[in-house]
Amino acid sequence: MSPFLSASDRDILTPESAPVPRRDNIRSILIFGSGPIVIGQACEFDYSGTQACRALRNEGYRVVLVNSNPATIMTDPEVADATYVEPLTPEIAEAIIGQERPDALLPTVGGQTGINLTLALDEAGVLEQWGVELLGAGIEALRRGEDRQLFKEAMEENGLEVPRRGYASGLGEAREIAAGLGYPLIIRPSFTLGGEGGGVVYNREELEERVAVALDASPTRQVLLEQSVLGWKEYELEVMRDRRDNAIVVCSVENFDAMGVHTGDSVTVAPQQTLSDREYQAMRDDAFAVIRRVGVATGGSNIQFAVDPATGRRVVIEMNPRVSRSSALASKATGFPIAKIAALLAVGYTLDEIRNDITGKTYAAFEPSLDYTVVKIPRWAFEKFPDTPPELGTSMKSVGEVMAIGATFREALMKGLASLELDGDVAAREARMADPIKLRQRLAVPNWQRLFALFAALRQGWSVEEVAAASQIDPWFLREIAEIVAVEAEVGCWDLASVPELLLRRARRSGLSVTRLAELLDCPDDQLAAELKRRKIRPVFKRVDTRPVSRP
Amino acid sequence: MQADARGFLLLEDGSVFEGRAVSPGSRFGEVVFNTSMTGYQEVLTDPSYRGQIVVMTMPHVGNYGVRQDVAESDRPWVEGFLARQFTRRPSSHGSEGGLIAYLRRHALPALDDVDTRAIVRRVRRRGALRGVIASEPADRDRLAAELAAYPTMAGRALVDEVTSTEERVIEPDGGAARFHLAVYDFGVKSNILRSLARRGARLTVLPARTPAARVRQLGVDGVVLSNGPGDPEPLTGIIEAVAELAASGLPIFGICLGHQLLGLALGGRTFKLKFGHHGGNQPVKDLASGRVGITSQNHGFAVDPDSLPGDCEVSQINLNDGTVEAFSVRGRPIYSAQYHPEAAPGPHDAESLFDRFLDAVRVAAGGEGPGTAVDVP
Repeated sequence: MSPFLSASDRDILTPESAPVPRRDNIRSILIFGSGPIVIGQACEFDYSGTQACRALRNEGYRVVLVNSNPATIMTDPEVADATYVEPLTPEIAEAIIGQERPDALLPTVGGQTGINLTLALDEAGVLEQWGVELLGAGIEALRRGEDRQLFKEAMEENGLEVPRRGYASGLGEAREIAAGLGYPLIIRPSFTLGGEGGGVVYNREELEERVAVALDASPTRQVLLEQSVLGWKEYELEVMRDRRDNAIVVCSVENFDAMGVHTGDSVTVAPQQTLSDREYQAMRDDAFAVIRRVGVATGGSNIQFAVDPATGRRVVIEMNPRVSRSSALASKATGFPIAKIAALLAVGYTLDEIRNDITGKTYAAFEPSLDYTVVKIPRWAFEKFPDTPPELGTSMKSVGEVMAIGATFREALMKGLASLELDGDVAAREARMADPIKLRQRLAVPNWQRLFALFAALRQGWSVEEVAAASQIDPWFLREIAEIVAVEAEVGCWDLASVPELLLRRARRSGLSVTRLAELLDCPDDQLAAELKRRKIRPVFKRVDTRPVSRP
Repeated sequence: MQADARGFLLLEDGSVFEGRAVSPGSRFGEVVFNTSMTGYQEVLTDPSYRGQIVVMTMPHVGNYGVRQDVAESDRPWVEGFLARQFTRRPSSHGSEGGLIAYLRRHALPALDDVDTRAIVRRVRRRGALRGVIASEPADRDRLAAELAAYPTMAGRALVDEVTSTEERVIEPDGGAARFHLAVYDFGVKSNILRSLARRGARLTVLPARTPAARVRQLGVDGVVLSNGPGDPEPLTGIIEAVAELAASGLPIFGICLGHQLLGLALGGRTFKLKFGHHGGNQPVKDLASGRVGITSQNHGFAVDPDSLPGDCEVSQINLNDGTVEAFSVRGRPIYSAQYHPEAAPGPHDAESLFDRFLDAVRVAAGGEGPGTAVDVP
């Protein structure tokens, strides 16, 4: 009995996770891409899928790839041994399986599309008929991860708290459940991309309207009504597990926007910032219990939690038993290539057998420690979708994102904002937010311009507490923004000739760009740049190295 | 934003890192870095940090404030504290106050707005360095001269500075005691005591210099050797007491410094690591099961595996550098862990070590074998 297996873990080991020998008995592996770029499923799956294909090919496996989107890296000829640019439908997949006779299928690197297609093939009996073995996660695990009712039951069996909820396949049922839960509540259809068809409803009229839409959006015509944890803090842990049941957290992510905004539409921060060690470690324990209970035998999962800011109470929201948008972000944020490692784990390696590419000496069995801060900011394109309401909710609307790395949150946030490539400057955007009633509305109802509204409110003299109460954003983040605003105000009192050096350094370390500083000091950019050079205030470049200065 | 005093960290190699003295004062110590992303208060109050200036690699420290009940002892022991940015005002339902106020209250010098990665790189390259943290105004030349005379960690016996002076008894959480354990306090972390009390053990916590005869007199079922600061080798007297207990057949569990003392008592040697292991992300491999746990660690010395006698077997190693993480002794209920099964801060992966030890205690006391019910909360 291993000292690293706690008594509670022993009980939940499922047969699916029993050790298997290293996979020399399979030769060819089928991988599905995620198809066309749509909101909620974009190039991050190309990134992950490509990593997985290369890792498996490198190990000598024959990789058969199916993806309907030829505008991807993964469909480049050298990525897979056989590449089919074909529609991702069960019929076509079956034909390809019949022709290629793959030994196994790795369903977890092609996003939701890959999972849905795998489930469809299983239901049609195709996998069994051709003897295609699932790697990474079996059918039961995929179902438990994706089917919210099964997931909830599994969590409750394991003593993990979930928001109270009910399942409806019709309007009448939905009304009954809603009466029990109270408003507001969340509507989530099963098996959809990026939460399509979901939303928050505040009353019975909205409920009836949204349930009808959600039922149509769900391929199984089922919809989940869930107790609202709106305003709670939202977290994600990127977890990996191997066939020996070793589990690690690659990265923790804290959502800047409270529960109620889809993670894809949230500003997110890594590592998490506002949980204490006790709270974080308890969440880590829960995350391992989730991946074990769902039964993802090997590979990565993304597990989401909500935490009540008033009490610290924690509930499990959902898990993705596959690589995800967040795992792509976590890979880049930590230097830990999740998709590649997931592919290697799927063919029988364990975490302690896989070298860390960055250090060259250590192994993948460790948890990256960050000495920097990562901020992701979504990029929306509402100008291209004039009929889409600009409010953000549980359906994802962003079309891309920027990821910025800085020593501190301030630095990363400001780098991210500068990288959004928005038309027009931030000051002008904020200046249009002078009306206090509209401003409050912009803070209270999540929308794509809320980040600018936060700056505007703080600049207009709102206290952090007032902004926090209106926006439900954790005061820790808002205080950092307030510091940026304060530094800007202080810099604005000086001119280039007289500005104190320490203040200039502080401003640069708070992430203020040369352009923004020059604007505040009322001087041309190049003059400021020359002055910074003269005062030896220089940008520094550091490496993402998986642990602070990682060579052992 | 108020203009804080300036300050600096001066290292024995002459390098200086300037920053903002968020808590003023000047103190000497060995400079180490800690990679825990959470748990700064547990780090501050861990007596094993006596004599050390700690650089946190996590940029934002203090975000969730401080609270009484997460302290690992009754005061902070760290000599000086550095981070990229200390949080002015915490945000957490559980916070009882801000970290900076806490540091000032305890007159613990702290510096931020420093390039922590640059310090860490230097420590990694040169090995643990002595240093002095100071706030302005300060006389650098005088401090540099004093620093040169400050003792190196190798050879320092610090246990007597942190151990308790009197015996005390801790009753188990709820119900009658199932075991009675002696816990040698070499600078024990509270969560070791809590972890044992929660599992039904009555604890007699003993000052570090308690003779083995006293343990026999107490008639305990087992002995726990706690963590603690400094170099284990100069702890003569204590090593002999541990050797006597190890020979007595009583179940023994050595944690961190306790593990090193066991190694010495059994005839082995210890050596100083280049910059030590301080943080919550150290992978440990169990050689028998092949499994890996992520552990919380804080040590600058390690047991030399080649020095251990023939009946000792290295059972766990550090996956990063291969150093000894645990050993066992054939035929004797002796357990060791270089890491912290009690975590606090850090992952809980090794918590079951307490259950395993208590199983052994039960067997030695004539009870049923392993696997009998232990209430794991």
